[in-house]
Amino acid sequence: MSVLCLVELDAAGPTDSSLRALTFARGLAGPAAGGPGLIAVLFGPADRVPAAQLGRFGVTEAQVIEPEAVDGYAPQAWARTLEGLASMVLAGAVVAAGTDRGHEVLAHLGALTGQPMAANCLSAAPAADGGFTVARQRWAGLLIEDAVLDGLPALFTVATDAVPPAEVDAPAEPAVHVHEPDLAPADLAVRAEISAGADGGVSLATARVVVGGGRGVGGPDGFAPLEELASLLGGVVGVSRVVTSQGWRPHTQQVGQTGTKITPELYLACGISGAIQHMAGCASAKHIVAVNTDPGAPIVSRADYAVIGDLAEVIPALIAALKERG
Amino acid sequence: MEIGVCVKRVPQVGGRIVVTPDGQDVDTRMSGFAISPHEECAVEEAVQLTERLGGRVSVLTLGPPEAAEQLRDALALGAHRAVLLESGGREWGPIGTAGAIAAEARRQAATGSGYDLLLMGNEAADTGDYQVGVRVAHALGWPCVTGIKHLEIDGGQARARRDNPAGAETFQVTLPAVISVKEGINLPRYPSLPGRLRAKRAAIEQYEPQWQPEGLRKQALRVPEDTHQQATVLGTGADAVPALVALLDELGILR
Repeated sequence: MSVLCLVELDAAGPTDSSLRALTFARGLAGPAAGGPGLIAVLFGPADRVPAAQLGRFGVTEAQVIEPEAVDGYAPQAWARTLEGLASMVLAGAVVAAGTDRGHEVLAHLGALTGQPMAANCLSAAPAADGGFTVARQRWAGLLIEDAVLDGLPALFTVATDAVPPAEVDAPAEPAVHVHEPDLAPADLAVRAEISAGADGGVSLATARVVVGGGRGVGGPDGFAPLEELASLLGGVVGVSRVVTSQGWRPHTQQVGQTGTKITPELYLACGISGAIQHMAGCASAKHIVAVNTDPGAPIVSRADYAVIGDLAEVIPALIAALKERG
Repeated sequence: MEIGVCVKRVPQVGGRIVVTPDGQDVDTRMSGFAISPHEECAVEEAVQLTERLGGRVSVLTLGPPEAAEQLRDALALGAHRAVLLESGGREWGPIGTAGAIAAEARRQAATGSGYDLLLMGNEAADTGDYQVGVRVAHALGWPCVTGIKHLEIDGGQARARRDNPAGAETFQVTLPAVISVKEGINLPRYPSLPGRLRAKRAAIEQYEPQWQPEGLRKQALRVPEDTHQQATVLGTGADAVPALVALLDELGILR
């Protein structure tokens, strides 16, 4: 079966979530028995296609759509392109990363083709009586749904925090074809204008250390020590939903299901009870240390280490100790 | 302008999610219900837009009769009209849900005061299907953008911005359009007392759309396996700080 996988590119090449999607899609394509197996679809100049890297992830063929055909991100045009390629190669499945763009493009493809789509999948395998059995995330990964997905092609987005990217044992460099999609003007009506970020600071999503603050911080004036600690540790401050819905801190600092998913080495959660909506955002932290007055708080049972105490006492003492250490 | 806002009644989960013994649902015996978070912001955005530009906000939901509670919550926040699309005791998938919403939009258009804008949440907190808005847009032949964190309406145009890893991306769409938003686009207000009283008395329009089977069929729900060990308690209060510093050092944080 041939499988199409949308590969998103950033300045450094395929995004991490796209490499995860490729790994997932390769599992569906199975061993390429002569025909095209895993076909990567990329939007950008042909000379920027990282063919060798795609080969290491099992891609057998790359289809690239150059800026002359589709300049930048246009969700419906990307979906229309995938629709055309899917019928050209008789794709059994189309896969994208579970990102804003991946979800959006596959939702358009689902609407264009009338096919169902399974979002944030963890695994999939052909079912005995046709279709696929899938495991997918609900509640931002706090719950797993086992389901059956029909559809030709079957449409999947892949959870960005679950399937690890994995290379193949015997990579071969795929052929790169320039594809000319058949588009109507309406497909290009909605297009992204890209603008740079407001600040060049460490981002919450990629920070190595996150110092979290919740209701226990007490109010908008209580965050200065957390900011100081974060900067001593080379990290940033993250907050729980109650903090942003009270307006104590901006929503851009929220860690959780409706905020940012973080992946730091250390998450130091201070005065945060650990509601599941918050845990959905910090479950991928390598180490969680909780500072909480309540030893029975959910965050304490989910942390690796805990300090039982008031953050207003513990954090200044920690800052003093770190400064003394130099 | 006429704005329709789509909301969903979802369980208000606190410390953990429990699945019912038959594996088909989230156990809600111990939880309340609320409007899914992104959609709460969609309601606020719609109300703010009509406060600035005039017009009317209709809040729509597909759900059981109890979802009238969420419609009244939205009315209390400033929505003017409420429509309940009765789910008939069925679990609806994204294709059927989109069809029911599109049918309501067509019904509204037939009255001569069709929606200029349909606002939704980017994804429902419970099912997380990430597609209803796009499918509604295709059914109506309208443009669509998703994941929006900032919205401006100027005449018949919307400028909608969302985050992207490199910064932001902005879309210009012609109304009528479907726009799905994320929490953070605004800070939802608390309902006023007069708002609550008005909501309590308000009439709710009801329709019964036809359920249809879908190609993504739930077999069972389960909570991911928890391989987590009990936390190691480093100590109490400031006395724990030396142990905490030693730990940070051991984890390689203090480099």
